[in-house]
Amino acid sequence: MSRNWRKDFPQLKPNHVYLDTAASSLKPQLVIDAVTDYYQNYSVNIHRGMYQSSLEATEKYEAARQVIADFIHADVTETIFTRGATSALNLVMYCVGRQFVKPGDEIVTSYLEHHSSLLPWQQLAREKGLNLKYIPLTKSGRITLANAKKVITDQTKIVALTYVSNVLGYVTPIKEIVEWAHSKSAIVICDAAQAVTHIPIDVKALDVDFLAFSGHKMLGPTGIGVCYGKKALLEQLEPFETGGDMNDHVGLYEAEWKDLPYKFEAGTMPIAEAIGLGEAVMYLQKVGLEQIDRHSHKLAKMAIAQLMEMADVILYNPKTEGGIIAFNLKGIPPHDAVTFYADQQIALRSGYHCAELVSRFFGINGCLRASFYLYNNKADVERFLEVTRATITYFRRKGF
Amino acid sequence: MAELDNLYKAVILEHFKHPRNKGLLNDATYKTHRIKNPSCGDDITIQSKVENHQIVDCRFEGVGCSICLASASVLTEIAIGKETSDAKKVADNYLKMIRNEAFDESIDLEEAEVFSGVKVFPARIKCASIAWQAFLKTVFDEDEKQ
Repeated sequence: MSRNWRKDFPQLKPNHVYLDTAASSLKPQLVIDAVTDYYQNYSVNIHRGMYQSSLEATEKYEAARQVIADFIHADVTETIFTRGATSALNLVMYCVGRQFVKPGDEIVTSYLEHHSSLLPWQQLAREKGLNLKYIPLTKSGRITLANAKKVITDQTKIVALTYVSNVLGYVTPIKEIVEWAHSKSAIVICDAAQAVTHIPIDVKALDVDFLAFSGHKMLGPTGIGVCYGKKALLEQLEPFETGGDMNDHVGLYEAEWKDLPYKFEAGTMPIAEAIGLGEAVMYLQKVGLEQIDRHSHKLAKMAIAQLMEMADVILYNPKTEGGIIAFNLKGIPPHDAVTFYADQQIALRSGYHCAELVSRFFGINGCLRASFYLYNNKADVERFLEVTRATITYFRRKGF
Repeated sequence: MAELDNLYKAVILEHFKHPRNKGLLNDATYKTHRIKNPSCGDDITIQSKVENHQIVDCRFEGVGCSICLASASVLTEIAIGKETSDAKKVADNYLKMIRNEAFDESIDLEEAEVFSGVKVFPARIKCASIAWQAFLKTVFDEDEKQ
């Protein structure tokens, strides 16, 4: 890395190794400062007050929206703030589900989905009598265009797919699948929660209909995320939540909605978090996503090369494309192993990673996941490998 | 490391590798209850058969970590043959012990005592709890009072 980014992250401590960015990233000081600045200096509501601090809050909130819209090549009217990717995907499910589907229609998804990109569609399918279909994965666990073509048919109304798997780090050929899905008149909803931290996203070039991501995985605050939607579609949709601020006129028996994106932002939004996310995006742009991806991937590859030498390690994604490694230690349940790592001050994740179907695909009961990001370094990789060896030795000695 | 050694005692390993009373029966005289911990993959089902306030059989099935599976195995051995009221006392005290709460030390926890090391690993309390919680459900059909 051209500069030591680690010093921007106050939570990093000596002898502690954080390898759980795929669950939530650490936050740089300038994001923390932006959030604090709001609460200390202009902590009032947006779009309502006619006084200076409210104008300032509104201005910063909308400036953040502009930054984020530019970041994904969307228009500000297509960039809706939500509580996170989960909220964004549920918004799309409720709105699209209410208006665009009828019994017998098909929804296509995959085994690689995070539960936030799976359960909304499972629910919709059950409630509306739709057929939920899964794209068969390749042997190594990838979504391919060829397999997508096998299940996306003229009956398919919705295709809901992850851009990057949160367990395996594999990149979905989303642009190609969007093209095919559109040829079948299906709407494509993309979960970009893992992609947005590594891959420059251009929603126009992808031609995706909806795209969701969370702030807290991309150096931003918790409680904020984004739902991108094509303007033409968003305009057709009824609002998800109704309430304060999102209306233009309220009568006794009817109301009129504000223009986009406000139609989809009812009530007081997470203002500080939106402003913080704007800061996080500017920080990501300053470092450069390509550089972050190269760095994270290099660290993951270094670790994988060594893990492959260890007879007691089972790797599930030796060809990971980002910073994520999914693995198990032979004969040691992941939840036991992770306790040893934690004891050695290494934070990684065990279990299903909110994507239980991935474990089902591999026929395992959960796995360990280490995820590397821009603030990790070679020393972290070395420590991770050292503790991996120690974990195996420890549990073997115990009789595992 | 000392705390880890206190968690992974030999008895626990022994039950993990050689579980007792494993495998469920298709028998309507048993009551069955399943508890999962979806975040980590622990998934335990307990079956109990009660006759005249006595637990005449207790079985388990499941997947998960060593602490979870060993606790289920140990539980079944302790439960079988006990009066239900005595089993409840052990269960309640055991759950207090692993949560690091005050408990009645006059009650013999028998082999379940080996799980005392769990209390310093808050992330593992659930692993050691779910078999016993499911057991209480099979015998008393009530949720454990916390």
